[in-house]
Amino acid sequence: MDFLTLLQVLDSTVRLATPLLLACMAGLFSERAGVFDIGLEGKMLFAAFSAGAVAYVTGSAWLGLIAAIAGSVLFALIHGLASITFRGNQLISGVAINFLASGLTVLIAQNWFKQGGRTPSVFSGGRFEEITLPFAETLGSVPIFGPIYADLISGHAILVYIAFAVVPISAFVLYKTRFGLRLRAVGEAPDAVDTAGISVVRLRYTAVIICGVLCGIAGAYLAIGLQAGFVREMTAGRGFIALAALIFANWRPWYAMGTCLLFGLLQAVALRYQNIDLGGITLPVQLMDALPYILTVILLAGFVGKPQPPRAGGEAYVKER
Amino acid sequence: MDKMPPWADAVLVPVISLLLAAAISSIVILAIGENPIEALNYMIEGALLSSAGWGQVLYYATNYIFTGLAVAVASHARLFNIGGEGQAQLGGLGIAMLCLFIPFPHWTLAFVFAIVAAGLFGAAWAYIPAVLQAKRDSHIVITTIMFNYIAYALLNYMLVNVLRPEGAMEPASGNFPDNIHLPTFQEMFSYGDTILFRSAPANVSFFLAVIACIGIWVLVWRTRLGYELRAFGQSESAAKYAGINPARITIIAMLISGALAGMMALNTTMGYSERLVLNASEGAGFIGIAVALMGRNHPVGIFFAALLFGFLVQGGTELSFWTSIPTELIVVIQALVILFTGALDNMVRMPLVKLFALGKGDR
Repeated sequence: MDFLTLLQVLDSTVRLATPLLLACMAGLFSERAGVFDIGLEGKMLFAAFSAGAVAYVTGSAWLGLIAAIAGSVLFALIHGLASITFRGNQLISGVAINFLASGLTVLIAQNWFKQGGRTPSVFSGGRFEEITLPFAETLGSVPIFGPIYADLISGHAILVYIAFAVVPISAFVLYKTRFGLRLRAVGEAPDAVDTAGISVVRLRYTAVIICGVLCGIAGAYLAIGLQAGFVREMTAGRGFIALAALIFANWRPWYAMGTCLLFGLLQAVALRYQNIDLGGITLPVQLMDALPYILTVILLAGFVGKPQPPRAGGEAYVKER
Repeated sequence: MDKMPPWADAVLVPVISLLLAAAISSIVILAIGENPIEALNYMIEGALLSSAGWGQVLYYATNYIFTGLAVAVASHARLFNIGGEGQAQLGGLGIAMLCLFIPFPHWTLAFVFAIVAAGLFGAAWAYIPAVLQAKRDSHIVITTIMFNYIAYALLNYMLVNVLRPEGAMEPASGNFPDNIHLPTFQEMFSYGDTILFRSAPANVSFFLAVIACIGIWVLVWRTRLGYELRAFGQSESAAKYAGINPARITIIAMLISGALAGMMALNTTMGYSERLVLNASEGAGFIGIAVALMGRNHPVGIFFAALLFGFLVQGGTELSFWTSIPTELIVVIQALVILFTGALDNMVRMPLVKLFALGKGDR
């Protein structure tokens, strides 16, 4: 493999890792606060539709992004209502949200645009264009570093940079601020947080809303960054890969980035090479598709380290009387 | 608190949840410019007013009975098996290997072996998540989700690279032999010139589903194992104290659950398509969640909930023929049923509990 091919694969890795990373960080906030979320997929899907529809109608990518975030937060609030206020089963609520998104997006898209459940193609203006970072042209001729800067680091949609900025920001918020400490505490020992006079319900709602915002950005990137418009089921299981990445990263921001890049690389390689020939043994493309899930199961089996989910995850908090 | 007559819990709560889901669905139908009453008429006419329609309803219901029971058995042991989809696909793989490579003299013999194959493959696919939950404490919901995707990749590989006949483009296996064709309702119930269930896919698998309902009822409520299952689901610590081995119960519950989900493929793969196609589970693994929630994990409830969803799916297909309402409406209804009967259960239940407390004159 020559340098140029490698750069192309890595470039595609960054693009494919971006929605995973955003969804993974979304899940991180929610689950660190003790609210399990298997509805990342649904929120992302609904966000992608909202982004595609609004960007097509208004011709503005930013309005599309705002619509995506609004739609995703709406779904997040349903999840909050079910799992925080009414202390329902968080997993079942997540399942419901995935189906709600899967059905509603096609239903509304078909009703509005009559194109078989997709939005019409969104053209320039409605999409987040690729940005050329300063000096990319001039530095491009420098050997090794030049192409890396010009082709790999430069030349992505703004949402990609936002996604990678979310990682240090989240790490800072979670580990260096009072809010972060409380958020982590509410996922480990909500009774202690409650005893300290801090509202468990409010903290968890905040976490769920942050989760909605990040899923919204992820969905917007899919519909009007990576592609030009919404198509049905366009999230294609990314919400679950993100969930797998979250477990793989043991609910930690920097590790989440590493895992998402790894899973993005797997997707990029599968996309480019289909079946991989390893001197006699052919790795079928289906194996590459399944690899994130297989790796996560192996990890869950506890052969490589042991995942430690937030202790109060999945349980509604009932105030003592 | 939590004082409600059993009938209210078993009937009233699901019915109110269903009404809520129906109300929201009506709003959705109104929003896309159609008339909900008219829509319901189309659904009833297309699904219930002809034996052909019923033949479709019963075909879908067969799938949902199996997957609903699968979810329910796991639920009794407080395990959420979300992997019915993958287990059903593996069941289909087992059936395909059996039907393609072993020559059977008669369909009855093939059917018996196919039941075993589908059950074994489905159970095997549930076994790994079960062991990981029982011995390694890894969350069964996550592992079964992962196994759904792994199953899809595996089936994709098997159909594209192994089972696809030479020269065929479509990722599907070759046709099963004609002599193991399962009798359909049309063949069984038509007499003289009267043809009933015309070209409907319902077949003998439906009766197996009914037998499964009875079998699961006996197993859960009339056997020692069923008692252990429910005791474990009620309280793990109490069950341990009573000498029940948690790992053993977890694994057994998941094996039964996986086997039931796998058997769903009898209906779709052996009964209907008569070859293995990609995504033979038709999403029934997930509808099983709604069916089990609505049927309150009881075989009788599951039977009727499966019929209801069979009606919805068939009615929804009819609806998309005659109106501008796409079949995805059914996915929305399914989501709302899961939401109201599962996640927002307390929202429906709390006011009812208060109402009953008032009625009894409690303070």
